[in-house]
Amino acid sequence: MRADIAALAYLASGVLFILALRGLSSPETSRGGNIRGIIGMAIAVATTLWVVGVTDALTWGLIAAAVVIGGGVGAIVARRIHMTQMPQLVAAFHSLVGLAAVLVAAAAMYSPDAYGIGTEGAIRTQSLIEMSLGVAIGAITFAGSLIAFAKLNGNMSGAPILLPARHALNILLAVLIVALIVYFAMAQPHWAFWAITALSFVFGITLIIPIGGADMPVVISMLNSYSGWAAAGIGFTLENTALIITGALVGSSGAILSYIMCKGMNRSFVSVIMGGFGGEVAAAGAAETRSVKRGAAEDAAFIMKNAGSVIIVPGYGMAVAQAQHAVREMADILKKEGVKVSYAIHPVAGRMPGHMNVLLAEANVPYDEVFELEDINGQFATTDVAYVIGANDVTNPAARNNPQSPIYGMPILDVEKAKTVLFVKRGMGSGYAGIENELFFRDNTMMLFGDAKKMTEEIVKALG
Amino acid sequence: MGAIDPFVFRFSIFVLAIFVGYYVVWSVTPALHTPLMSVTNAISSVIVVGALIAVSVTAFNGTSWASKILGFFALMLACVNIFGGFLVTGRMLAMYRKKEKR
Repeated sequence: MRADIAALAYLASGVLFILALRGLSSPETSRGGNIRGIIGMAIAVATTLWVVGVTDALTWGLIAAAVVIGGGVGAIVARRIHMTQMPQLVAAFHSLVGLAAVLVAAAAMYSPDAYGIGTEGAIRTQSLIEMSLGVAIGAITFAGSLIAFAKLNGNMSGAPILLPARHALNILLAVLIVALIVYFAMAQPHWAFWAITALSFVFGITLIIPIGGADMPVVISMLNSYSGWAAAGIGFTLENTALIITGALVGSSGAILSYIMCKGMNRSFVSVIMGGFGGEVAAAGAAETRSVKRGAAEDAAFIMKNAGSVIIVPGYGMAVAQAQHAVREMADILKKEGVKVSYAIHPVAGRMPGHMNVLLAEANVPYDEVFELEDINGQFATTDVAYVIGANDVTNPAARNNPQSPIYGMPILDVEKAKTVLFVKRGMGSGYAGIENELFFRDNTMMLFGDAKKMTEEIVKALG
Repeated sequence: MGAIDPFVFRFSIFVLAIFVGYYVVWSVTPALHTPLMSVTNAISSVIVVGALIAVSVTAFNGTSWASKILGFFALMLACVNIFGGFLVTGRMLAMYRKKEKR
């Protein structure tokens, strides 16, 4: 009876999690969605405490301590984190899910009777398989997310690290892990469990280090997916519906985001995973001799003030320079002058899906002024000014015209069709793909060299 | 034909949930993809149920103590994610505003 009620309660929390994601279909319903997620979590925790029936003081003390320490750290981090640091934070959270999966699987191995999966040394084969899959994916997620975190946080260079014979090494690791899982399922020695964990940990590292910084949107989505599959694996071991449903939801969510990111770059998932792309500076052919038109903040202010419409195209450079507030200030003045201002977001702008949208929302830009690529691309042709800030490759016409270009086929924002293109850039350096952007040399392009934030602030001053 | 293994039922739930996830996530607006990642992070911490079972194990020997301690750390990590994940998602979602009507 108790088990039946518990199962129904877990089902309820699974359904609430589905509704939490459903809420994200629009900003208005999203806040309610988050609340439903919290309720679902509360139900799952309360149900578990009820089923387990904790009575001793030691256990209550441990639970209280873990909640206070863990919850406290989580709450402080959530409050303090800058929106520009969201990609690192999400990577760090993924690693925690991965590690928690490893720890729970280990606990289940040491006390299988508590989980109802057999007795020590005589765990059901099926549970052993579920458990070892969960721990392998968990360890890969943990290690991979740590590397992704280090790369995003700047503790590690974003450049790909290419080990000699890395593909052979990865295949060897994968084969060893599978072999150990088979052995563990048959003989269930503890050392095999820890060997699976250790090898998966190494595999997680070798899998992520060859992937360059600019491919991070795919990596972070992929790790999101992995953390889901790890949770689902543990969910099967625990025979827990809430965990199985959640694992499936998160797994497919991450997979879809990876797909969207790959499509945004016109790269196959496999080529991203193989790594090696991004970060390296392609050996330049002939030294560039063409001249570009340089402008000052005053020129840009003058052009935009007299324009009828301006489309702002933000990229990772805006996040790095923390220029989103200055951009919004500039937009406010322009709107007061009667200029129509909108924002165009490329799917892979920034270091994670939706990164630019969050930054603009943080700067109080109303979300109905912010448009996705397919919704705004038709409007560039009738727009006076495209203000490109910290973006480069996503505007490069080579993606459309030059079949030799490494980014050929990638969907781009048609900024070239605007009457005037203003490029805010630190210098003439090329984007992550190491490709020259043809647009810089066009007659209707003006380069504004400088820090994205400083330049925008100077424009604000010149406008005022 | 004998009784169906309960695993098959759980597996059915799993497969159906993948499909539910597929359709639900495609309906998420791209503008909210970052909150989507942070909230999926928070809900995947429902692994906390496994941690609670482990920390509640009656400890009497080496391996049961190991479970209890592993459970304690798993619970702590899951709590970082639960609190951090839901709070940061809430913080982000609170920032999404519509244009003010004048």
